[in-house]
Amino acid sequence: MVKIIIGLICLLIILFSPVGYNVITGRTGYIPLLKTPQYQGDCVEGTIYMRKRHMEVLERWRNAYVRDGIKRYVSINGIYNISLTGTCLKCHSNKAEFCDRCHDYGGIKPGCWDCHHIPEIKAEK
Amino acid sequence: MKIALPFFAIAAIVAVIYSGVKFYNLQIFFGIVLPYICFTLAIVGFIARIIRWAASPVPFHITTVCGQQKSLPWISHSKIESPTTGMGVLLRVIGETIVFRSLFRNDRASLYKDKSRVIYSSDKLLWAGALLFHWFLFIIVLRHLRLFLEPVPYWVITLQNMDGILETTIPGVYISNVIVSLSVLYLILRRFRSRIRYISLPADYFILFLLGSIILSGILMRHIYRVDILDAKAFIMGLIYLKPLVHEGLGAMFYVHLGLVSVLFMYIPHSKLMHMAGIFLSPTRNLKNDSRMKRHINPWGYPVKEHTYDEWEEEFKDALKEAGIPLEGEDVRLRQ
Ligand code: HEC
Ligand code: HEC
Ligand code: HEC
Repeated sequence: MVKIIIGLICLLIILFSPVGYNVITGRTGYIPLLKTPQYQGDCVEGTIYMRKRHMEVLERWRNAYVRDGIKRYVSINGIYNISLTGTCLKCHSNKAEFCDRCHDYGGIKPGCWDCHHIPEIKAEK
Repeated sequence: MKIALPFFAIAAIVAVIYSGVKFYNLQIFFGIVLPYICFTLAIVGFIARIIRWAASPVPFHITTVCGQQKSLPWISHSKIESPTTGMGVLLRVIGETIVFRSLFRNDRASLYKDKSRVIYSSDKLLWAGALLFHWFLFIIVLRHLRLFLEPVPYWVITLQNMDGILETTIPGVYISNVIVSLSVLYLILRRFRSRIRYISLPADYFILFLLGSIILSGILMRHIYRVDILDAKAFIMGLIYLKPLVHEGLGAMFYVHLGLVSVLFMYIPHSKLMHMAGIFLSPTRNLKNDSRMKRHINPWGYPVKEHTYDEWEEEFKDALKEAGIPLEGEDVRLRQ
């Protein structure tokens, strides 16, 4: 019987450990605040669409650019140069407080930056 | 019928959740109330079931062994297959839980080529399938921790990157998703084979269809009907800190997934999924094989009312005599 109780306690500890973990790190109610850019024009697609599907846009961009040699992307919001560093990060210039902050929250670590350049953040603005 | 019933049950659950969320805006019910109820029922039911199991007496050690038991010093003793120490038992249970050692010995009966006799051959496919299924399901559960932990620990991200190492599309296909889908498919198809279909119950199909639909909804949510992971995490964090809030970035598919998982949770204590606890409690695995080294006294220890043969003979003496049956009490030859 003692063993059973120990087993059940272990089960409950494992089950509720995420709750304890967040309490210890003190981030139970944390929601990342994204530093969205000063208005420089609209995003490539609508905000909600981008929020859910920007990785698909990026994949399309990459395939179009690298495989088909297409250099422009046309959407309802305008015409964009296909470039990860040059377009996305021109507006979302602060990668650490935009892309990374959101990705850290969701536990995602895209490997793009192994190769692609991260522009330095300009101090002003 | 045995297959159609569980299939339509799952289909009905999915349809109810989907239409409820899509057309009647019942997010609060399917996203908040249902998970809370199901989770509570699951924990209470689980504990109640274990206590019920624990209360049943195990009068003596009924291990099933497949190795040489401890004997004379020059006969080598199989310490894990036939353990006599707590350590051996521990190793056996651990071996059972992490590599399914007894399923490894699974065999199947079939007819010899010329159909002259039955032969038993080892059947490792079920073992391999079960092992892959359980381990990759475990990896999937661990990967979900990114939605429960903040900040996300490094090892979860590493696990996820290793799982997605194929980097096929963006969002990438996870190896675990592929393997788990295929093995559930195998487990379902296996039941369609005539001999196993004969012994399958609706509950057997139900659980497989339920798992299959959970996996399918998860994969759809990742690759086709995307949800906003930021919102999903905020929603889940709200649930576990009892500050639930409906977020609009979550599509119907998210609620279907969550609802099916809730149903699964609620169903666990009443289903064969209780083997997750049962494996630790099965007396044939978790007891020492020391019945010949130690006397096991009946734990109940109440005085048993005896009725010996002599007393019985005394009672029916006349009837026995009449039938011409020799009596031990009178015939000296029978008393030795
Ligand atoms: C012309 C400037 C511009 C470019 C180029 C641009 N964005 Fe945006 N992006 C914006 C604006 C403005 C918003 C809207 C912010 C808001 O609504 O708060 C936004 C929103 C987003 C969001 C949603 C953020 C949120 O708050 O949910 C994501 C994700 C995003 N962009 C990713 C990208 C990616 C990836 C690229 C490159 C393919 C890109 N953006 C290119 C201006 C830009
Ligand atoms: C609103 C939060 C948010 C913001 C802001 C954001 N992302 Fe993402 N990103 C996500 C989510 C969520 C995923 C998908 C994770 C998944 O499905 O596993 C993702 C996935 C990706 C992926 C695919 C990674 C993979 O391995 O699947 C890339 C590439 C990516 N984001 C690039 C960017 C870039 C570049 C920016 C900044 C311009 C950015 N993201 C900003 C939330 C965000
Ligand atoms: C192995 C290194 C490497 C990795 C990792 C990598 N890329 Fe690239 N990417 C390249 C190269 C090389 C080009 C071609 C650049 C050129 O031709 O100018 C390119 C081009 C692109 C382009 C179009 C051109 C441009 O300047 O942006 C996009 C968009 C792109 N990659 C997106 C991604 C995304 C998203 C990821 C992460 C999921 C990623 N890449 C990861 C090497 C890489």
